[in-house]
Amino acid sequence: MIRSQVLICGGTGCTSSGSQQIQDAFEAQIEKNSLQDEIKLVRTGCFGLCELGPVVIVYPDGTFYSRVSVDDVEEIVTEHLLKGRRVERLVYDDHGKAEADEFGNIALSDTTFYKTQNRVVLRNCGVINPEDIDEYIAMDGYEALGKVLTEMTPEEVIQEVTDSGLRGRGGGGFPTGRKWALCAPNKADQKYVVCNADEGDPGAFMDRSVLEGDPHSIIEAMAICGYACGCSKGYVYVRAEYPIAVKRLSIAIDQAREYGLLGTNIFDSGFDFDIEIRLGAGAFVCGEETALMTSIEGNRGEPRPRPPFPAVKGLYGRPTVENNVETFANIPQIILRGAEWFASMGTERSKGTKVFALGGKINHTGLVEIPMGTTLEHIIYEIGGGIPHGKKFTAAQTGGPSGGCIPASLIDTEVDYDNLTAIGCMMGSGGLIVMDEDTCMVDMAKFFLEFTVDESCGKCTPCRVGTKRLLELLDKITAGKGTMEDLDRIEELCEYIKTNSLCGLGQTAPNPVLATLKFFREEYIAHVQDKKCPAGVCKDLLTFTIDMDKCIGCGLCARNCPVGAIEQTEYVAPRHKRASYTIDAEKCIKCGVCMGNCKFKAISKQ
Amino acid sequence: MKSLAELQAIKNRMKDKVVLRDGMESTRVVVGMATCGIAAGARPVLNAFVEGVNKEGLEDKVTVTQTGCIGLCQFEPVVEVFEAGKEKVTYVKMTPERAQEVIEKHIKGGQVVNEYTVGTVTA
Repeated sequence: MIRSQVLICGGTGCTSSGSQQIQDAFEAQIEKNSLQDEIKLVRTGCFGLCELGPVVIVYPDGTFYSRVSVDDVEEIVTEHLLKGRRVERLVYDDHGKAEADEFGNIALSDTTFYKTQNRVVLRNCGVINPEDIDEYIAMDGYEALGKVLTEMTPEEVIQEVTDSGLRGRGGGGFPTGRKWALCAPNKADQKYVVCNADEGDPGAFMDRSVLEGDPHSIIEAMAICGYACGCSKGYVYVRAEYPIAVKRLSIAIDQAREYGLLGTNIFDSGFDFDIEIRLGAGAFVCGEETALMTSIEGNRGEPRPRPPFPAVKGLYGRPTVENNVETFANIPQIILRGAEWFASMGTERSKGTKVFALGGKINHTGLVEIPMGTTLEHIIYEIGGGIPHGKKFTAAQTGGPSGGCIPASLIDTEVDYDNLTAIGCMMGSGGLIVMDEDTCMVDMAKFFLEFTVDESCGKCTPCRVGTKRLLELLDKITAGKGTMEDLDRIEELCEYIKTNSLCGLGQTAPNPVLATLKFFREEYIAHVQDKKCPAGVCKDLLTFTIDMDKCIGCGLCARNCPVGAIEQTEYVAPRHKRASYTIDAEKCIKCGVCMGNCKFKAISKQ
Repeated sequence: MKSLAELQAIKNRMKDKVVLRDGMESTRVVVGMATCGIAAGARPVLNAFVEGVNKEGLEDKVTVTQTGCIGLCQFEPVVEVFEAGKEKVTYVKMTPERAQEVIEKHIKGGQVVNEYTVGTVTA
């Protein structure tokens, strides 16, 4: 009889920090102590707190162990599993903020990271074994599909989704119910459901986590969508860079077929549906719906003009419904718990929850799911645990390379589709990159633009040539060669690219530049007029200097300088014994090694 | 899959396998599992509780877990039963058979088995 379960995170984050080895060690230790019949090991999807990985949770206590190493496993097994004593040094105490219960236990759900989250999309991630369909069924899995097929008409399903107010989570925010309603009436010999799992925004990984942690929810939702819109065939387009997601999804599809949850005559309703996986090569543009369909067809992933919209003429020229992974993951819950329940979360026009991937200068890097309308301040300081080293918050980039930044002055913004659009940002897929005072906003805009220049498919000129020219202008500014006229030219070019590009990639590519120009114009001006980078990032505008009176002449900097730019002078500072050093600005490559090495804070950059 | 009933059957079969992950329930049975407890035979007692609770279908309401040394080493195996809103009951010198009795009379029936409690034994 199993009395305790040990959950080990098998998401990509924890896997790369060694959770497979930890699992192996647990297996060995459990066997050594003859606990096989009492303890069950479960490899789950992502828990969300990737920063603290590899994560191990022991139930029924719910003890949350963070940053577990292979060497800790023996202690956890012999102490906790055998003798019932928590290994306190590994227990995450939330920096003393979480309150322990009467047994001295801190449950995961009581930590500030989880407390205010509302997990709908991620409800099974980190809870079930994604490679076991029975566990998904135990968590109400496939009940929504059963309900839809046995009790509801396709029209009723679409009405339910429409009433819920669910909007596309891939970035655009198009109402999902309306999308389905547009496709449903179109007649054809074959219609398709496509799941967009080509998650490409730097820093966003919620779709990957859902596929890794709860793949059956996507299969179930696609089948529901197929029933509602009259499609019998589905494709999941997922990038080959997500090997764990692909593997778990393949296993899930096989299991669903075996149970007759995919295939013919599902739930004896006469409805047939099956799913195939298509692997993408990782081109960012293939996340755009028309390019994605072109890629599934086996052609080069390039977008095409709309209309005709995919609902009319999509994959293989047939009517197609295309939704993002996170959008689909909401569907079974909406069917089971009702549109009203879903619409009770969120704001006026953005219902439900949104998953954000927190990254950058933030204490709790990871995945969080919160109701729409939560303020940015709450996300960063409460859930995210604030900025490391007590630095000041400058801005947060939403929507990756297609989005914009929210400056510190707007930190009380309630995050939903419309509020973000209103300040020139975009929800995007939910990447949230936090920046502190050490981030140069011009450099940040340049980083995202470099990404879109690389990823532009080249089909239309505004995007192919426009973004390249835009990047050159930014390069000029960060090199200290920009003029005030350049700033105007940048704005003009941005507007041109936005209005004339063929697809979403080009239409949104200038957003990071426009947003930083709007909120951080003074930083651009500092680069242009004062030839200074206020954050001390742009190398061409930096000079490293040694304060000769603080320098004690230890020579550590000179020994570590990779280009030999530091030499000893003849000047001996008062009360010091050895002569001070100085940096030859001509030779200096501004790597900053000297500054990192100086123990007397004698080196500064400006 | 032909019917919702078929799905429900799988769900029922799986339920006790995932219910542990719901977190703590209102009634908690804690078995002392330090070196003294294990030496005195706490593991068969712990397993008897886990099996008994499952057999009676009480896994939704009762959590069986373990703890370290309670401090009454001469009376091990020690088992404590915590119920919401009630005083804690400490059973001493437990055996798998006594565990069965505690589940039957105390946890199911609400009647503390006085003869095994610490007060009776030490008095």
